[in-house]
Amino acid sequence: MQLIAENLCVERGSRTVIRDLSLVVASGDAIILSGANGAGKTTLLRALAGFLPPSSGTVRIDGGDTEKTVGEQAHFVGHANAVKANLSVRENVGFWARYLGGATENDARVERALDHFGLRDLAEFPAAYLSAGQKRRVGLARLLAAERPIWLLDEPTVSLDLASTGLLAKAIEHHVEAGGLAIIATHTPLGLKRSRELALQLRGRAA
Amino acid sequence: MSAFLTLVSRDLRLSLREGGAIGTALGFFLVVVTLMPLGLGPDLNLLSRIAAGILWIALLLAALLSLGRVFESDFEDGTLEVLATGSMPLELVAAAKSLAHWVSTGIPLALLAPVLGILLNLDFNVYPALVATMLAGTPAVSFLGAIGAALTLKARRGGLLLALLVLPLYVPTLIFGISGLSAATANAGSFGPSFAMLAAISLASIVLGPLAAAAALRIQLQ
Repeated sequence: MQLIAENLCVERGSRTVIRDLSLVVASGDAIILSGANGAGKTTLLRALAGFLPPSSGTVRIDGGDTEKTVGEQAHFVGHANAVKANLSVRENVGFWARYLGGATENDARVERALDHFGLRDLAEFPAAYLSAGQKRRVGLARLLAAERPIWLLDEPTVSLDLASTGLLAKAIEHHVEAGGLAIIATHTPLGLKRSRELALQLRGRAA
Repeated sequence: MSAFLTLVSRDLRLSLREGGAIGTALGFFLVVVTLMPLGLGPDLNLLSRIAAGILWIALLLAALLSLGRVFESDFEDGTLEVLATGSMPLELVAAAKSLAHWVSTGIPLALLAPVLGILLNLDFNVYPALVATMLAGTPAVSFLGAIGAALTLKARRGGLLLALLVLPLYVPTLIFGISGLSAATANAGSFGPSFAMLAAISLASIVLGPLAAAAALRIQLQ
């Protein structure tokens, strides 16, 4: 499948942040979005996920399940973790597995996600008692707990230590090798084997 | 459907664990109704005549207290964005959260009302009608309130604005709730039509409330 953006323009306030951006991301691609603060990385990801309606241009999917919108096939990881303080780690991940994923094999996938992000020992803890980095890992665990072909990650490495960043990079590589696609806005080098960089400039035109 | 039930059960579990919202609403209901006899004096006839009105108004205000949190905590911790990428439309997300609010707040308030009725010298024969009208009327409180909660999501101190937006929408529920009860107390008019209107208002809000709330949420997510 391909995620295609054509002549995308997105405005924030009255300012055009993304101007005439065309982009094709195919299965197996990992795109690293880079650019200065305010260059439009978050805006682009939110427009791709369908939160921000573009002022002109289109975002569409070629191949795959064309009945569903991009948002319905995508994992969106924003600045906040989407983790509930009063649920345990396993309940948090399990909720997203059931809500975002299909109805089958959820338990096995939740356990795999907990294992991958090193959360097994914390599984029964309420998320309220976790550190910022641990909470981030709980938030990221939903990537593996529910299967979705498109990953849109906005600064996913915030508050992660080096080892955890490595775990995330490994998860992204597995996902891409298995035919998924990922667009990651980050300032931290992830060390992905196969990735392309898309540098956004302050006026919003891709370099 | 499974996503809908998953969300409802998660919300109910959270409201049980957090406890604050239900506790404040029930506590507020209790305090307001307790203050009334102190303010109005010990005239039992007067109290029993106005009991239905006091109970209904106090219930609406108590429910308002907890409405602000319907979407707020999910918005703050980023959950709402992820809920929006789910396989069900945002309308159903709003419906699920309104339903959870009704179960966790509307039903407990309606069940507490007869206990508070004792404080107001409410006729015992009216109790079944009181609980019935409140159970039939409170879905409208939750589902219409969700519209206000979605609209005031980003507003600082949105609570007061929420009350201004939502309380006028509760007028029909209040009118038919009271008229059903006065039919039961004074045998003036009949209970059936008022109750049917109350249920109709609730059904209409269950259908229309989530549509409006989802439209407001889409704007808030931009």
